[in-house]
Amino acid sequence: MGTEHVSLEAISILSKIPIYSVLFTVIPLFIGWQFLKRRITPENESSESDFDKKLKDWRPDQLVPDISDDHPSLKPMTVSSRIGKYITIDGNECLNLATHNYLGLVGSKDIENEAIQTIKNYGVGSCGPRGFYGTLDVHLELEKRIAEFMDMEEAVVYSYGFSTISSAIAAYCKRKDMVFVDEKVNFSIQKGLDASRSNIKYFKHNDVKDLERLLLQEKGLNKKNSNNVEKTRKFLIVEGIYMNTGKICPLPELVALCRKYKLRIFVDESISFGTLGTHGKGVTEHFNVPRHEIDMIMGSLEWAMGSIGGFCVGSSFVIEHHRLSGLGYCFSASLPPLLTTVATKALDIMEEDDELFKTLRENCSTAHCAIKKSKYFECFSDMKSPVKHLVLKMLFKHNEGALLLGEISKKCIEQKIAIITPAYLDSEREQPTPSLRLCISSVLTSSDIERALNILEKAASEVLM
Amino acid sequence: MATTQTTLLEQSCSFLSSATHCTLNKKAQQPAKQHNGFSNGHAAPILLEGSNGIKTKSKDCQVKSSKNKESFEKVPFITAALTHFGFYVLMLLGFINQLLFTPNVAKEKFRVGYAPLYENFEQFYLRYVYRRIRDCWNRPICSVPGAKVTLMDRITKDHGWTFEFTGKKRECINLGSYNYLGFAESSGPCAITSIDTLRKYGCATGSSRLELGNLPIHDELEKLTARFLGVEDAIVFGMGFATNALNLPSLVTKGCLVLSDERNHASIILGLRLSGAITRVFDHNNVKHLEQRLKTAIKEGQPTTGEPWKKIFIVVEGVYSMEGSIVHLPEMIELKKKYKAYLYLDEAHSTGAMGKHGRGICDYYGVDPRDVDILMGTFTKSYGSAGGYIAGSKALINYLRVHSHAHTYAVSMSPPIAQQIITSMKIIAGEDGTHDGAKRIKQLARNTRYFRQRLNQIGVIIFGSEDSPVVPMMVYLYSKIGSVVRTLTTRNIAAVGVGFPATPLMEGRIRFCLSAAHTKEQLDYVLDNIEELADTLGLKYSRKSRNPNPIEYYSDSETE
Repeated sequence: MGTEHVSLEAISILSKIPIYSVLFTVIPLFIGWQFLKRRITPENESSESDFDKKLKDWRPDQLVPDISDDHPSLKPMTVSSRIGKYITIDGNECLNLATHNYLGLVGSKDIENEAIQTIKNYGVGSCGPRGFYGTLDVHLELEKRIAEFMDMEEAVVYSYGFSTISSAIAAYCKRKDMVFVDEKVNFSIQKGLDASRSNIKYFKHNDVKDLERLLLQEKGLNKKNSNNVEKTRKFLIVEGIYMNTGKICPLPELVALCRKYKLRIFVDESISFGTLGTHGKGVTEHFNVPRHEIDMIMGSLEWAMGSIGGFCVGSSFVIEHHRLSGLGYCFSASLPPLLTTVATKALDIMEEDDELFKTLRENCSTAHCAIKKSKYFECFSDMKSPVKHLVLKMLFKHNEGALLLGEISKKCIEQKIAIITPAYLDSEREQPTPSLRLCISSVLTSSDIERALNILEKAASEVLM
Repeated sequence: MATTQTTLLEQSCSFLSSATHCTLNKKAQQPAKQHNGFSNGHAAPILLEGSNGIKTKSKDCQVKSSKNKESFEKVPFITAALTHFGFYVLMLLGFINQLLFTPNVAKEKFRVGYAPLYENFEQFYLRYVYRRIRDCWNRPICSVPGAKVTLMDRITKDHGWTFEFTGKKRECINLGSYNYLGFAESSGPCAITSIDTLRKYGCATGSSRLELGNLPIHDELEKLTARFLGVEDAIVFGMGFATNALNLPSLVTKGCLVLSDERNHASIILGLRLSGAITRVFDHNNVKHLEQRLKTAIKEGQPTTGEPWKKIFIVVEGVYSMEGSIVHLPEMIELKKKYKAYLYLDEAHSTGAMGKHGRGICDYYGVDPRDVDILMGTFTKSYGSAGGYIAGSKALINYLRVHSHAHTYAVSMSPPIAQQIITSMKIIAGEDGTHDGAKRIKQLARNTRYFRQRLNQIGVIIFGSEDSPVVPMMVYLYSKIGSVVRTLTTRNIAAVGVGFPATPLMEGRIRFCLSAAHTKEQLDYVLDNIEELADTLGLKYSRKSRNPNPIEYYSDSETE
């Protein structure tokens, strides 16, 4: 009884304690306990030895996977001559239908003298990025000339063709932007898209209807959340002539869609610059599309111009942005002066001589007609494109076809005609169909082309029969 | 004289003691005592040691490096506050400016109703903050970027919106270009051999290495590079930036972890972004932080799955181009071995310029280059050319020959560019039969030491290692970047200013790049001008002790 009373009293005493004082005692105790727990437990030996065991057991992969010594990429063909109309491959002096030298400017003596003079004036390297005393007067001159040639406001010059395209795309397309891209775009565009981390939609190769379908789909989605419609930037990225197929993009239709759905359009004119159009101004001249319809034209100095580097040209509003945001522009050493003046000289030649483009066009169609007669090859490339992909008519598995084409190419080189299969990496988004790639140049004559294709045909019959 | 020195040292010691986790006090005091024992005459080297102890402040007191010559002096509090304040004032003025005046820039035509192409803040920053000191960058030159460089004078009549050339030229002492060994020359063996090669092979190939762009000169260059660096094999590319950006993605894949220094170059960051691997950043050159990161990575494994990482890469640079610091390579190699990680070393600014034989950071520390898994470097700087290389084991290079983006798709290196590298590398290695290369390396080291010691004496804060030819001088305030660069130009000195966003907001700086081509007279001229400027603009932020004796510039015959 007594004890019961006592316990009841104890409880009643407890109930008189105000709640806040309970909190005052409990919270410090809790914190103290946590603190002690942390001090005692974490650095104890068991977790340390656990870690050691983990480290001991961890077997990281080797630095790189092994490559067998006889991989064909380890022994590329060696060229021991200047790469002009003729090219000496592993000792065979061949007629060159393999390297991109559409206007034959690589062999030009004028250009060579210009380059020598530049070394004498400026040395070889530029020793700095554009921002830090790496901008030479010759760079400004080349940029001005390219802009004038294309009849646009401003141009920037990059020091490497591949990085031009990938940097330019990543400078504009950002996370959350929508980018519509042709499924067959070349590797440098693919890398630019990877770097942009944008939302990317691929449409079927050169298929305007498929693009419109995607655009409509996109519009439908956006109707639901109308806030985003005006904020999301939308881009279309295409090539003038596709490196991997040799087809010309249907620019007028694409531009019409861009205006309708408010897309900005970037065209990679690496191949089409200096080859299409009466004055070699590219795909816009070819289709007679006003140049202000295109937001940015990206090009290469490496193929038609016979130099190294790349450029972007467009309105000042767009192009200025490169000078602080183009990664490959800001953070790379500028283009060596000698390669800059070579490009300027090439522009001089292109401006003086329209015949070059005419001869090139004729050569392209000669080659196109000759290929049409072939028993073994099909060519889906455009007639006016200097890049022609020859695909086997007979169907083979991917690897088998590639091997046979390699054989044919080897046979051609032995018979003094340089025709090659293009090199692709496994990391391409979609493996291009195996093909032989012809690069037509204005220095070839129609008899050269016919002779070359005859030998190709013969080589093919030997390999395939 | 001696007493003022001591008080200065004491001051810096008391400053240090306020730093919490650093126990450098004793170290710093010791040399001070030693100094008291000496009279003025020969105190220089000892004082230097003393200042070393003080210099290595908070960041590197944990590192037990044999070559700990780094300095990252902390910004004085008032300067920090002023920097912030100054920047906000600039922003505010810019904002008012934007309200009142329409910008004098090109507008987009024919694109009404489109989503704006640029972010608003970015536009504002460029137009109203950056524009004020825009004239300090992108300055066109019209000569060889050698010891001297000719700038094309330009003026602006509308506060930096546009520029006009006056047609005048200004010959400046060049402390802006990366011409460490002075190979930016328009005559001499490099230019002559390059012209010969140009005559033989033309200037471009129009084809990638895997197709038909593979010339004997490329093989020669690769063999020479591998031999020079003391590794099995090397592969070369036509652009330095692309060497990082286009090869990292094939080396580092999904399921790998990359631990990357916070001050790594944009090309590395781009390459890592393209790779799809997970990247974690560690504090600049901080070995302890790196070790923590390594431990956590191994302990926790991959996120979500918890599986162990496939590989762990540590990506660092040899000499950091904005910090002037040299990587703590021996410690990194130790860590890499202990934790089974792989080491990627970007030697863009160190190859040629560092080490007794000019072979880069490994040479500088006397480390076996084969301990670094992937050696990357560029030919733009010390070799006065363009392009880049990756060197390492045969297996690594073979893998790249098969999988590298640049090797497969991008055009091969231009022959005269390759020749310039071959000739200059042979000179550096002494394979040309002269001592020219050794002389240049020595001259660069001597210039570096002299220039840095004199700057310390002047009392400005400079970052980085004593041996690094990249010398960032801190000016902190945004507006001071502009005024220093402009004033130096009027005195015919070309230097580079770097500010936000290339550096942290607080750390505006002027960067000097030394070259073997600079003479003592040129450096003296520059230093005298900096001293004068430092007085008028208030750049003497340093609280370190100053060497009261004239700094010696050793002549050729003297040993150090």
